[in-house]
Amino acid sequence: MMRPGFHDPVPEAQGCFRAMLDAMSRPGRVHTLDVALDAPPPLAPATAAVLLTLADAETSLHLMPDGAAAGDWVRFHCGSAPASLPEASFVLSLGIHPPLSALRQGSEEAPEQGATLICQVRSLTEGEGWRLAGPGIRDFHHLRVEGLAADFLQQWAAQRPAFPRGVDIILCAGRQLAALPRTVTIEEG
Amino acid sequence: MSHDPGYNFAYLDEGTKRMIRRTLLKAVAIPGHQVPFGAREMPLPYGWGTGGIQVTASILGRDDTLKVIDQGADDTTNAVSIRRFFARVAGVRTTTRTAEATVIQTRHRIPEAPLREGQVIVYQVPMPEPLFRLEPRLAETRRMHALADYGLMHVKLYEDIARHGHVSTAYNYPVMVGGRYLMSPSPIPAFDNPKMDHMPALQLFGAGREKKIYAVPPYTSVRSLDFEDHPFRPHRADGTCAFCGARDSYLDEVVCDDQGSRMFICSDTDYCESRWEPEQ
Ligand SMILES: [Zn+2]
Repeated sequence: MMRPGFHDPVPEAQGCFRAMLDAMSRPGRVHTLDVALDAPPPLAPATAAVLLTLADAETSLHLMPDGAAAGDWVRFHCGSAPASLPEASFVLSLGIHPPLSALRQGSEEAPEQGATLICQVRSLTEGEGWRLAGPGIRDFHHLRVEGLAADFLQQWAAQRPAFPRGVDIILCAGRQLAALPRTVTIEEG
Repeated sequence: MSHDPGYNFAYLDEGTKRMIRRTLLKAVAIPGHQVPFGAREMPLPYGWGTGGIQVTASILGRDDTLKVIDQGADDTTNAVSIRRFFARVAGVRTTTRTAEATVIQTRHRIPEAPLREGQVIVYQVPMPEPLFRLEPRLAETRRMHALADYGLMHVKLYEDIARHGHVSTAYNYPVMVGGRYLMSPSPIPAFDNPKMDHMPALQLFGAGREKKIYAVPPYTSVRSLDFEDHPFRPHRADGTCAFCGARDSYLDEVVCDDQGSRMFICSDTDYCESRWEPEQ
């Protein structure tokens, strides 16, 4: 049987969006979502909530991996059009994420068409690890992420010269989320 | 307080909110860049801040406290209408006090009291394109933003200086955001421009008729365009508020009797009243 989405969609989507808006506005801040979601594994509650909040029939989505129960749940609740990796506006990654350069980058005139990578990771820890700087951050934020590609920092630095083109990332682990807008610079902690 | 059950919470349908929310996240990720969105018809005419209202409706939750100002005042028709609209369709608390608000929707001013982390200020924007008076072709302004080619604006400001000895723009004075995008701050007085720089609150801009949303994240550089030999100087009438004695606030000049006598009063009514109240 298909597991349900949000129990109370209007306030739960709003609460999840405000957490995402704050996360995108203050890169590296970790938010814990207060939603009761019972999504099929391996979808974490935060990952499922982000999808329900942002994705719908007007968006295109690329699922990685395009696995059984989780894939069915996402397709049923979001109804997004399936798209190839370089064309999708949203890319959901539940394992090791694809290279950022393989995602849609947007154009100089329409950089907002750069993709959003919703990336489920093992853990997010604030106050240690990487040193983040950029818009949204007064001095520095520190964030440790477990579960990204080994060369993630090189991939991230490589998209920087193309700004304003680029990819934005929403990181999800358990009930937690954090965001990395394309403006943020990341140094090894 | 609960919302009117005849409407979806905050008026907009959930599909429209999702579309605006996606737009807002991209706007925050690319500070100062105008992101197009599929604006909806609102039950208020353009010019009443339909862009700002759609942004506010898409972010507002049951726990928010909303303040709405027009030209600094909470009690003008426009501000009162918008506040009542959201009290009805979202059942949110409203306030006139800047410090108590979590979301502030504004037309033409930034409050005098410094905004803090956790607050969101939503600007109503009639014309989002800072270059529109200089270059009416939208395809051409898009190209200029893509290349960060803002020479036209510098030439315009320099011609101003040559003619008047200073930049004559008193409102809607153009800014550079994050050192990359030229942005219209909306028709706020240039006096308010410095408040935008590294503001701890999140700044969101909604233009309903032009169907654009843009944003400035907290702690982001916002610099008013100027020249080394003609640095930007925020203008303020050289006067004192007749009610509260403020010498630092932005002032409105008002005619106070039928002899045409004039006096200055704070444009920010909440700031002025807060200076009247005895210190606790
Ligand atoms: Zn006063």
